[in-house]
Amino acid sequence: MPKAQEKQKLIDKEGKRIDGRQLDELRPVKLEVGVLSSADGSAYIEWGKNKILAAVFGPREAHPKHLSLPDRALLQCRYHMAPFSVEERKSPAPSRREVELSKVIRQALEPAVFLEYYPRSSIDLFIEVLQADGGTRCASLTVAALALADAGIPMKDLVVACAAGKAEGKLILDLSDSEDKLGEADVPVALMSTPQEAITLLQMDGTLSVEEFEQVVSMALNGCRQIYKLQKEALKAKYVPLKEETEG
Amino acid sequence: MSEIVAKVKQKQIEQLITNDKRLDDRGLTDYREMQIEPGLIEKAEGSALVKLGKTEVLVGIKVEVGEPFPDTPEEGVLTVNAELLPLASPSFEPGPPDENSIELARVVDRSIRESKAIAVEELVLEAGKKVIVVFIDVYVLNHDGNLIDASVTAGLAALLNAKIPNYVVEEGEVKKKTGYKQLPIKNYPIAVTFAKINGKLVVDPLLEEEQVMDARLTMTFDKDGNICAIQKGGGSGSFTSQQISEAAKLGQQISTERRKLVVKE
Amino acid sequence: MPVFFEKREIVTPGDLIAEGDYLAGENTYRDGEKLFATRVGLVDLIDKTVMIVALRAFYAPRVGDTIIGKVVELTIAGWLVDIKAPQPAMLRASDVFERSFKPQRDDLPTVFDIGDMVITKVIAYDRTRDPQLTVREPGLGKITRGQIMEITPTKIPRVIGKKGSMISMIKDNTGCHIVLGQNGIILVSGKSPENEQLAMMAIRKIDEESHISGLTDRVTQMFKKIKGSEKSAEGTRETETN
Repeated sequence: MPKAQEKQKLIDKEGKRIDGRQLDELRPVKLEVGVLSSADGSAYIEWGKNKILAAVFGPREAHPKHLSLPDRALLQCRYHMAPFSVEERKSPAPSRREVELSKVIRQALEPAVFLEYYPRSSIDLFIEVLQADGGTRCASLTVAALALADAGIPMKDLVVACAAGKAEGKLILDLSDSEDKLGEADVPVALMSTPQEAITLLQMDGTLSVEEFEQVVSMALNGCRQIYKLQKEALKAKYVPLKEETEG
Repeated sequence: MSEIVAKVKQKQIEQLITNDKRLDDRGLTDYREMQIEPGLIEKAEGSALVKLGKTEVLVGIKVEVGEPFPDTPEEGVLTVNAELLPLASPSFEPGPPDENSIELARVVDRSIRESKAIAVEELVLEAGKKVIVVFIDVYVLNHDGNLIDASVTAGLAALLNAKIPNYVVEEGEVKKKTGYKQLPIKNYPIAVTFAKINGKLVVDPLLEEEQVMDARLTMTFDKDGNICAIQKGGGSGSFTSQQISEAAKLGQQISTERRKLVVKE
Repeated sequence: MPVFFEKREIVTPGDLIAEGDYLAGENTYRDGEKLFATRVGLVDLIDKTVMIVALRAFYAPRVGDTIIGKVVELTIAGWLVDIKAPQPAMLRASDVFERSFKPQRDDLPTVFDIGDMVITKVIAYDRTRDPQLTVREPGLGKITRGQIMEITPTKIPRVIGKKGSMISMIKDNTGCHIVLGQNGIILVSGKSPENEQLAMMAIRKIDEESHISGLTDRVTQMFKKIKGSEKSAEGTRETETN
């Protein structure tokens, strides 16, 4: 039985992907800010089939106290997936992957936050993946930056993230779950644009030549720039001016 | 880290209640406005998001094939888990379920199990060997009081929304045939929670009301108006037997009305 | 020397707002010649200072601020007060008791207990220690009646208005005693809950709509509308009894 026949085709002859996208096309992204009343800041993202909530508390007293730093705020981050967010139910207990992602997401956001303004306090960021479909860490970073801005945490810039990679020999932007599982490489990238462009998250699953890698990073950065515009719009959307009142 | 209530706020709530009024202008037996959004999580077999005032609870249903419990070989398995997400309140900390999330999970579990909402005998694929296991995960997204009623409602709505694969047993193996079917839902439990403040019973308490209440009483009613679960909680206060009877009668009436919002005839 | 935004345009963190010989005001940061926004807010230029009035921010204590806080803990040294700032604030027992008096822990609740709301002032705060408070001045102390509400701290100047015009209008229309904490916590105390609700409604309107011009007119209109409908209801009742 020929192997090729059993494997699902990710990209067809016309260069279209399973979900109908072009090789360099993003999935649809929807962002909303200020969605939870108990948190100091919050935001929600739908990126393709990903559905992710982020909430921020703080700056507030650090718990436990011994973790607090004398000269800056602590940024604590928890990335967590709901048991029903994936095909096979996942246990609610934190997995090793969730612990790793909590760390890289935190380290991608730290360069952007003015932590030194708030010594001896903690900024607590919680990310809950309600539904996952590939690229959750990029979507999580993107929505977390908005939750931080919604909480009024001063930042150098909104951090934004997007992934690119390779599947069936072709370089593609924004891998979905199946492309990630069956493809050759997945490279998530986080970008901070001001004061200068800086990459604050970079990882790779898979294998690429150096030339391919450079092209893939370039593709991912283009994706980041597109999503960055959506982030700014989402923050401003909360402040749409009033319609004219009909009666005084 | 519990939230401390300002004394002036406590006084204000108690004074309002003495005059049969509440912080948000509701009557003592009125619920807040509720929205139900079924099917938000397409990857789950079933789901429902319930917004009760600002309280938000998301329930996801996942289904697997597994072994029955040894003492009930001809019944499917139902298991309920609840998470009080740190997102939902400044006083919720990350970590394994604490006594509050476990209490919430177990009250939701009893409400669904004792009312026989799911016909578990119809979830058997091979008696004693293979049954359908239903996971109900209660995810509290925002806490503004009355998590129990919101969670039971979301649980019921998610079960009604759920579509499970067509499992069949062929040559001793479980296979999925094409198509989906609904879970066999036979009853519709509705929980009604009362808070006792200044000697009066107040329905669907706000978070601020829960912070000053003496005690809390939840009763779940099935579609025939029978009580199928009770939980007294939320504080070290107490109820008189008269108040308990009052709650039971009132709760039954209220649950009939609330059920119409979840189950369309 | 370019400024890249219109006055009172909404900007977001990372937006380039000016380049050149400007001073970096509130909620901006400088990188070489460029000034960027650090928060979501309205851009403004006063003389040579570019600043942002933040639409979303939390309270950062300043010495001299009058604020409203909640007592959350009793310690050997005094009362820990939640003032909605990154660090908890301390009101020392020595601020209230005579210096020679050595208060036992039990005496603290007789003055302020857990859950009490207090009007207080920041007397010390820097990077090395948490805010220190006092209640020694007139007008400071425990709150015993009225309603407490919370708004974004950066909106407090709008609630005050030019030369106090806005807050006077609210007080005149509702007869309420209002204390504005710089930390965004506000005490409204009136003769009736209805008057208190009316004042709170006006303040909430300011919090939500401060970024849209014409706010003063809208608040005036709001009072007219509500007072007007009250008057006509009274008028109807009078004619009925005649």
